[in-house]
Amino acid sequence: MADVCSINNLTRCLIEGGMNPGLANFISILLGVVATATLPLVTVIFLIWVERKIAARVQDRLGPNRVGPWGLLQSVADALKLLTKEDITPLGADKFIYNLAPIIAFASIVLLWAVVPFTPLHVGANLAIGALYFMAVGSIATIKVMVAGWSSNNKYALLGAFRTIAQLLSYEVPLVLALIVPVMIAGTMSLQELTFAQQGMWFVFMAPVAALIFFIANLAEVGRAPFDLLEAESEIIAGYNIEYSGFKFGMFMAAEFMHAFTICVLTAVIFLGGWSGPFVHELPVLGFVWLGLKTAVVYIFMLVLRATVPRVRIDQLMAFNWKFLVPISIVNLLVTAFLLYVVRALGLTPAPGQEYNFVANLPQTIVLFVGNLVVVGVVVTMIRNWARRQRLGEEARSLALVAVEDENPAAITLPAGH
Amino acid sequence: MAVLNEWAFVGVFFAIAWVFPVLPIVGARIFAPHKPNPLKQSTYECGVETVGDTWVQFKVQYYIYGLVFLVFDVEVVLLFPWALAYNQLDFFAFAAGLLFIFLLADALIYAWRKGALEWV
Repeated sequence: MADVCSINNLTRCLIEGGMNPGLANFISILLGVVATATLPLVTVIFLIWVERKIAARVQDRLGPNRVGPWGLLQSVADALKLLTKEDITPLGADKFIYNLAPIIAFASIVLLWAVVPFTPLHVGANLAIGALYFMAVGSIATIKVMVAGWSSNNKYALLGAFRTIAQLLSYEVPLVLALIVPVMIAGTMSLQELTFAQQGMWFVFMAPVAALIFFIANLAEVGRAPFDLLEAESEIIAGYNIEYSGFKFGMFMAAEFMHAFTICVLTAVIFLGGWSGPFVHELPVLGFVWLGLKTAVVYIFMLVLRATVPRVRIDQLMAFNWKFLVPISIVNLLVTAFLLYVVRALGLTPAPGQEYNFVANLPQTIVLFVGNLVVVGVVVTMIRNWARRQRLGEEARSLALVAVEDENPAAITLPAGH
Repeated sequence: MAVLNEWAFVGVFFAIAWVFPVLPIVGARIFAPHKPNPLKQSTYECGVETVGDTWVQFKVQYYIYGLVFLVFDVEVVLLFPWALAYNQLDFFAFAAGLLFIFLLADALIYAWRKGALEWV
């Protein structure tokens, strides 16, 4: 191996070539950073096209098809056009933070990619607290909304910012509570090690409820339909970024697209096994393919969801989070903790050295899966009973009304002259 | 050294990540026209002139949601170490964690009964 220089052993190669170790280290880190950070930038241009194409197909339209083959270069044309558009700063705006907001928006999403494991060998930074890093950097999105909405000095922007922050803060709670479950199963917070732990069995089978909560809460975090209140055009004209124009507006849009894609990647990493797939250890580059395929499945599901589901109201949004998602994620956490304890007490966990074996993982997976099914069953029954009570109550009320009308027909006769 | 390397990577990433959005914004300054006038720079409200100050104190409901969120987020931070060491815990630590989650649920029920979760 020593005579083959590649990106995997660049540091050692440079040092053996006679370079200062510190400098060699820095160069390999810099190259890694630029490669990792450019990846989302390149994908986002393609993603906008994918999104517009799929949304168009769902609505029986063609979508972009003029610029380049199949309209592939449409996003490039849009970016170039944005570059030549005038950038207007409103008179009352707080200039410094007004200009800072789009930068925060974009940079915070790029930063998320620092911890994404692409293959068994290629990971930006294999932080021991990867999951916490994801939560911490992901919540910078809240700050960007507040900063943009407040500094614009526009009432619509402020209104949009307020409701967006209420939404982002609220949905962070079930997000974290759902993220605890895979951490608990794997006993690690490093995203790379979480992926390693899923080689025998994906966490989506061990914790389907947590996976679903994670996905839904993430949808709300990026403000995708049905939770796209932050850009409700019909209510608050555009929300927090209304005063932005030119490339600053473009930055917000690009950040939003990138955020949506990033959470799909992270869902794939945390619950769908990340890069794990056939032959990935023989040929590590295959990890990119498996991760890409899993991400594509999640992303397309998200796009179809966006194209088909109507927007919820703000009170429904908050009630859905605090009265539905949060209680369920707490119960799910309790149930998973209890079942994991039982599994371990009964000795159903895979024997040492067998952790990556599919069959060895089956017993504990079955126990956890059945436990999750019970949680879902109880919740569905409770909702059904609640809905039935509501309906019966309504019927009883309307029946009572009819009875009153029958007893006193004069009460509903129209006044004279009609 | 390995751990330090990972954090060095994140540090360089923090430095580089700012460059990507700043470059096109500065580039747009060169390519884009810049002809401001008072009408163009006025607050956009679909044609109506804006009335009153924007930076005012606002609905208290958002503050209550913020408080509830704060309680949960702090408790969740305490839960992460527990979850991380879950495979090595004895029964007492396991029960303590469950008790903690029960308290979390209790806080939610309290906030719910007090009407803090109603959107008004």
